[in-house]
Amino acid sequence: MTQIAAAPGEVAIGHAIAGPTPPWRLLLRRPGFLIGTGVLAFWVICAIFGGLIAPYDPLAQHLLAKNAAPSSAHLFGTDPLGRDVLSRVIAGARDILLISPLATAIGTVLGTVLGLVMGYFGGLVDTMLGRIVEAVLALPVVIVAFLFIVAVGPSSITLIVVIGFVFTPLIARTVRTAVIVEGQQDYLASARLLGERPGYILFAEILPNVLPVVVVEFTVRLGYAIFAVATLSFLGFGVQQPTPDWGGDIAANYGLLGAGYWWETLFPALAIASLVMALNLVTDAIEQVISA
Amino acid sequence: MTGQPAEPDAEPTLRVAGLEVTYRVRGQDRPVVRDLSFEIGRQESFGLVGESGSGKSTVALALTRYLPRNGRVSAGSISVGGRDVLGLSGPELRDLRASTVSMVYQEPGRALNPSLRAGRQIAEVFEVGGADKRTALDRAEDMLRKVQIADPGQVMNRYPHQLSGGMAQRVVIAMALAAEPALLILDEPTTALDATVEAEVLDLVSGLRREMSTSVLFISHNLAVIARMCDRVGVLYAGELVEDGPAGQVFGAPRHPYTVGLLRCIPRRGQRKDHGRLDAIPGFLPPPGRAVTGCVFAERCALAVGECHQAAPPAYDVAPDQRARCFRHAEAGDLPRDTPPEMALPDTAGAGEPIVTIRSLSKTFTVPGGQVRALAGIDLTVLRGETLGLVGESGSGKTTLARILLGLSEPDRGSVLELNGSALAPDVRRRGRDQLAALRIVFQNPDSALNRRHTVRRLISRPLARLAGLSGARLTERLMDLIRAVRMEERHLTMRPAQLSGGLKQRVAIARAFGGQPQIVVCDEPTSALDVSVQAAILNLLADLQGKEQVSYLFISHDLGVVRYLSDRIAVLYLGRLMEVGPAEDVFRGPHHPYTEALLSAVPSLDGQRTDRIRLAGEIPSAASPPAGCVFHTRCPRKLPTGVCEETEPPLGEVAPGHLMSCHIPVQTLRRLQRSAAEVASGG
Repeated sequence: MTQIAAAPGEVAIGHAIAGPTPPWRLLLRRPGFLIGTGVLAFWVICAIFGGLIAPYDPLAQHLLAKNAAPSSAHLFGTDPLGRDVLSRVIAGARDILLISPLATAIGTVLGTVLGLVMGYFGGLVDTMLGRIVEAVLALPVVIVAFLFIVAVGPSSITLIVVIGFVFTPLIARTVRTAVIVEGQQDYLASARLLGERPGYILFAEILPNVLPVVVVEFTVRLGYAIFAVATLSFLGFGVQQPTPDWGGDIAANYGLLGAGYWWETLFPALAIASLVMALNLVTDAIEQVISA
Repeated sequence: MTGQPAEPDAEPTLRVAGLEVTYRVRGQDRPVVRDLSFEIGRQESFGLVGESGSGKSTVALALTRYLPRNGRVSAGSISVGGRDVLGLSGPELRDLRASTVSMVYQEPGRALNPSLRAGRQIAEVFEVGGADKRTALDRAEDMLRKVQIADPGQVMNRYPHQLSGGMAQRVVIAMALAAEPALLILDEPTTALDATVEAEVLDLVSGLRREMSTSVLFISHNLAVIARMCDRVGVLYAGELVEDGPAGQVFGAPRHPYTVGLLRCIPRRGQRKDHGRLDAIPGFLPPPGRAVTGCVFAERCALAVGECHQAAPPAYDVAPDQRARCFRHAEAGDLPRDTPPEMALPDTAGAGEPIVTIRSLSKTFTVPGGQVRALAGIDLTVLRGETLGLVGESGSGKTTLARILLGLSEPDRGSVLELNGSALAPDVRRRGRDQLAALRIVFQNPDSALNRRHTVRRLISRPLARLAGLSGARLTERLMDLIRAVRMEERHLTMRPAQLSGGLKQRVAIARAFGGQPQIVVCDEPTSALDVSVQAAILNLLADLQGKEQVSYLFISHDLGVVRYLSDRIAVLYLGRLMEVGPAEDVFRGPHHPYTEALLSAVPSLDGQRTDRIRLAGEIPSAASPPAGCVFHTRCPRKLPTGVCEETEPPLGEVAPGHLMSCHIPVQTLRRLQRSAAEVASGG
């Protein structure tokens, strides 16, 4: 009965009139979501069909046109080895769009399981796992990456594992909070009164209710993962040259900015920025729809 | 209560004419309040009663222009003391809210700023009125004295979280009255409070109203509270004022079928299940904002004829100062019953064998800084096929008892729980399937008790699979039986809880409880989250199922009318101790324990009889430091002068066959005292 008196915000009587609207339809009404998915779709297409779309082979060196400014032949110009920047930007989408979601997915799955266990069992289990989580959170990403890469050598797999490992506690913490909120609901007592096992309660009763939180967490982390992959590649721990890669290409060419060859750095940087921004737009929209 | 009649030519404090409020939802204006007109005269109190979604809170918001962003007044006028509220500019509106109209909401905790001391918050009101800091604080303290706070100096310095619910609501009332408003709007001010505290707050409001000559708009879903507090009353249904008039007349001789139905839904005058079913109103409240042609109530009305569906009825003058929006207002009093009164009850003839036995049950919670004894040495049995009602204020241990019985919380060592004579493990995980199936619960709030991600089919099937071991065609068959037993339809099976109304959700919860053919079902306030018209249907359903399945209930409720209707025996709990146990009629008729007496007299009655015979002072003491001797002695109005109550805890002794009481006062004395109190009350 307090519902209407509660807030000066919008009154959600629409729910009562027309029943709940499916979330995807609410998403489609948000321009941010549409723009974000558009940009995202573009990069996904580049990642899959890069070779077919790119005007040149990204590895082919045009030795007569080194450091060429953008022109009709090379829209984004060429790099010091005479490789077409546009082709490298298009082809560079592949690794980052493969590594980031995989790493985030690993982190999300592990983090969700960890969060469910900590939040549901509480007590000693929560305290002990909580300490470990805090310890991992205290380590800077780059230092963890260093350690791993020194130990196993740089590769895409290393990147996926490192980022997944670093994200796990972050996601666990968020999921744990959501589980604790759910823990006060009577449906969990109901499940216990049916003699349900903890596994069933965790994954069939609680998980569907915290799934919105997990989805938001996944999309938020995906944005960070892209940044992390680009950063680590820039530092030389990720995809190795000459494979086209945005972070790696920036690292290889930013020294030439002073010489006026801005296109060699700007376009890969713009690619990273557009991908992260597109993801943020999508994340915001999902978050708003879920919390509404 | 009689208010002085307003002078005929004086401008009423509030005049609302043809008010229409709409909310804009998905680009469409949805009317939530339609063509609403009423007046509140000077010093008059007007009650607005309605179920959830009737638009009563929206009216309150519209009066002070506090409507949310997407709401607006699309037609009509509101004037307070002759000033047109809708035409006010920003500063004028602020002035109106500061000095002329005050509001008190349901949750006192949300009306107070958690970071300011109580005194500071009240003083602010005076400072807005122009007083300096020192005077403002002094006057705030006066105000707290006026709302009968025992130690105002101390309360001034407390933060809201350090105040109990009743105390916080007094502070809110003190703030609201500080500016001596012409109109006080109370929106469900006591709904969140216990009955004994509610009684005190209501007394306080009616006293202050007389003293400060304020007009009152009292909004509530509780008809009895409105009947007690108001001179005139308006009944709101789906945003329309279907009936209004003097309170006694509207409740005594209602002329709109909705009012008639609503009054029949409430168990009154000691009505019990063996007197027959409650009447219910068929169907559901329409969702707010739906467009209607014809009468808003037509689709649920047994008297509706063709005309009712085509044209909206005007407000007929049905009696002096009483109006009803009904074409058939003349016949409204003879509204046909929706449910047949006959009901099959379990043959309690073969009863007597206990299903559940509880012996010396105690529960101690360890909290920072000490231990809280939530339950202390409870002995209780529930017999086959009976309903045992469990009553007491919040904090009395009712829910703790239920949780321990279910195995969700472990009792102290030495407590004994038995089901059919065999021991019940304290932890639910150690209980076998038979025991799980035999002992089920219906929770208070179905929104919390049903997993919102599961469909109705899954929600009801799961207990069938787990507890009855059914699968395949036999499961489906039993599922359909259950669905029909709780009067739901096959089409509901694919829905999720969010798509169901409150009453339907509770039916799903009941179906879940009955899935494994239980022997005892714990009902923890099963109707308190529901509207009155839905409550009756749920109570009927519970009574019907009991007759059919021969099940026992442990029925927990704060609503004594509901408990009396359903219970065969009643147990009264106070601070984790049993005060009284006995057959329902004995406990209600008396002689009863002074605490039971206080609970009974705190309940406002619809039938005009005065119930305020005795009042409890203060609030339930903390279970962390219960009073010595009889735990009730600190609030007991009948405490013996000998000092025995302070020193010795009275034993639970039998005062009549099956009727036990824990009180030092001899039962003959209690009988005499209570009879004379009743005579004084009815004579005065």
